[in-house]
This record gives sequence, C-alpha cells and structure tokens, in this order.
Amino acid sequence: MGFGIILVKSEVVSWFRIQEMFRLESFYMYGVIGSAIVTGMISMLLIKRFNVKAITGEKISVAPKTFNKGQIIGGLIFGCGWALTGACPGPLFAQVGAGFFVMFIALLSAVAGTWAYGRIRNRLPH
Amino acid sequence: MLELIKHPWPWYVAGPLIGLTVPVLLITGNKTFGISSNLRHICAACFPSGISFFTYDWKKETWNLVFIAGVLLGGAVAATWLATGRPVAIDPRLARELAGYGVSDHGTLLPGELFSFRSLLTLRGLLLIVGGGFLVGFGTRYAGGCTSGHAIMGLSNLQWPSLVATCCFMIGGFITANLLLPIILRL
Repeated sequence: MGFGIILVKSEVVSWFRIQEMFRLESFYMYGVIGSAIVTGMISMLLIKRFNVKAITGEKISVAPKTFNKGQIIGGLIFGCGWALTGACPGPLFAQVGAGFFVMFIALLSAVAGTWAYGRIRNRLPH
Repeated sequence: MLELIKHPWPWYVAGPLIGLTVPVLLITGNKTFGISSNLRHICAACFPSGISFFTYDWKKETWNLVFIAGVLLGGAVAATWLATGRPVAIDPRLARELAGYGVSDHGTLLPGELFSFRSLLTLRGLLLIVGGGFLVGFGTRYAGGCTSGHAIMGLSNLQWPSLVATCCFMIGGFITANLLLPIILRL
C-alpha cells in the first residue's frame, strides 16, 4: 500500500510526467528512476556483503536474468505502450485505485496482451 | 507535516522510497520485486486455457497479487486523503504542444480529454487506452519484466539483460512519444 501511495504522490503515475520524460523536458522521472536504482543497488550490495538473511531465516537469493531476444523486441513494444498509456504495470493499478476507472479498461487490455503473448509465445523469436 | 505530505513529492524522496521496495521485499519474504508478473498470474488464475505458459501454481505467487492490491488501495488513499486538488504542474513546452491537439486539461494526473469513458469511444482514446494497454501487457511479458522487474530490480542486481531491456523500453518510448503519439493525437 505504501508503494501505491508513493507512486501517486510522486506523480510518476501521471501521463504528463511520462510525456515530459520522453521529450527530455523534465529531469523529474530520471531523478526518480535513477535514485530508485541507486538505492536498490546499494541495498543489494549491503545484503550480499553482510550476507543478510530474510526474516524467515532463509538465505536471500535472486534468480539471475538470462538474456534472450525478447528483452529487445518485447522491450521496444513495452516502451511504445508505456508512452501511449503513460503507465507501466504498477501505475496502472495505482491509477485505477486513484479513481481513474477508465484505466481499468487499459489494465484489462494489458492482461489480454499478456494472454496473447502466452498464446503465441512458441512462434515468437526468443 | 500533513501539509508537506500532500504536496507532490520531490524525486529525491520518491526515488529512494521506490528503491527501498527491493530490500524490503527481499528481507521480509525473500521475494523479488516485479509487478508485471501479476498480469501473468491473473491470466493463470482466470483464463489459463490450457496454455503451458499459464499452467503453473499461481497460488504460490499470491503475495504479489496482495502487493498490487495494496498498490491499488494506496492509490485510493493518496488520491482521497493526501491530495491538494491543485492541477499538475507541467512543462510549458508540453502544455503548448498538447494544446495544439485540443488537450488542455491538466487538472488531474491524466488528461481528461484522452483518458475518460467518453474518449474510449473516440479513435485516439481507444488507441491510447486499449492499444497502449495491450502493448504494455504483451511487451512486458515478452521482455520478461517491466520498469520494476528490469529497470529497478534487475539493474540493482547488476543484470546486464535488464540493462538491455531498460534501454529498449526507453528507445521504444522515445520513438512513440515523439513520432507516433503526435499522429495519434491528431486523429
């Protein structure tokens, strides 16, 4: 829930902010994403360096990402959708919560897109 | 204090808070941050249709569905109790460009002329909402993650495939926002 509040209060769920980002008219989104990555990186370094365990006692493990062509083709397709809707998946949920109920349609369409990918996955280059 | 919270937050507050989601999820449950997987879990839960990509034990991922339910609720809390009701401050260049397409509503986070149930009946609204949504769902799954899973979680963990994906997100976005979107907005 905290994450949803942050998304709305920082206006990263705003279509306008995304348009400014892709037109290089504002530093704001770069500041948010950049500082989020730096914070995440430092956290991961500390977790590895001090061998921090999860509160369940488990060793913290993150599966490495393996490269395939999907990251390029799918990445470009997602970027296109991001610029049109002004939202990536997290913000879509936050927008619906913030009362932009029409974005529920965009969310359903995103589920349909994911389903369509699963349907034709075997025929796509990876 | 509440007054301060109600204003839009600066990037150097919002960014680190978003970044902290990574260690919080890892430490509290050994879970990796990634939101777009939920779209897959929803498919697996609701319409698996015998597609092998959707036949797995999605119930194991319930924590993530709870997480996005929280995101949705958080959105509601922020919009209901933590808002100033002031219009979104946007760059004058963007305002001028959008005004040229008949989009001048900056009252809320999304322009009402483009994102409303009425605009859904127009070609440009349909392309932005339904078309854009579809591409988000299709692209994130094809790429194996979205802004959270690749750009934030993946880069935090120094994964080069995530760097490739993040660069492609940006390239796709730049091309669309500057070349394709103006065409759609003129419709």
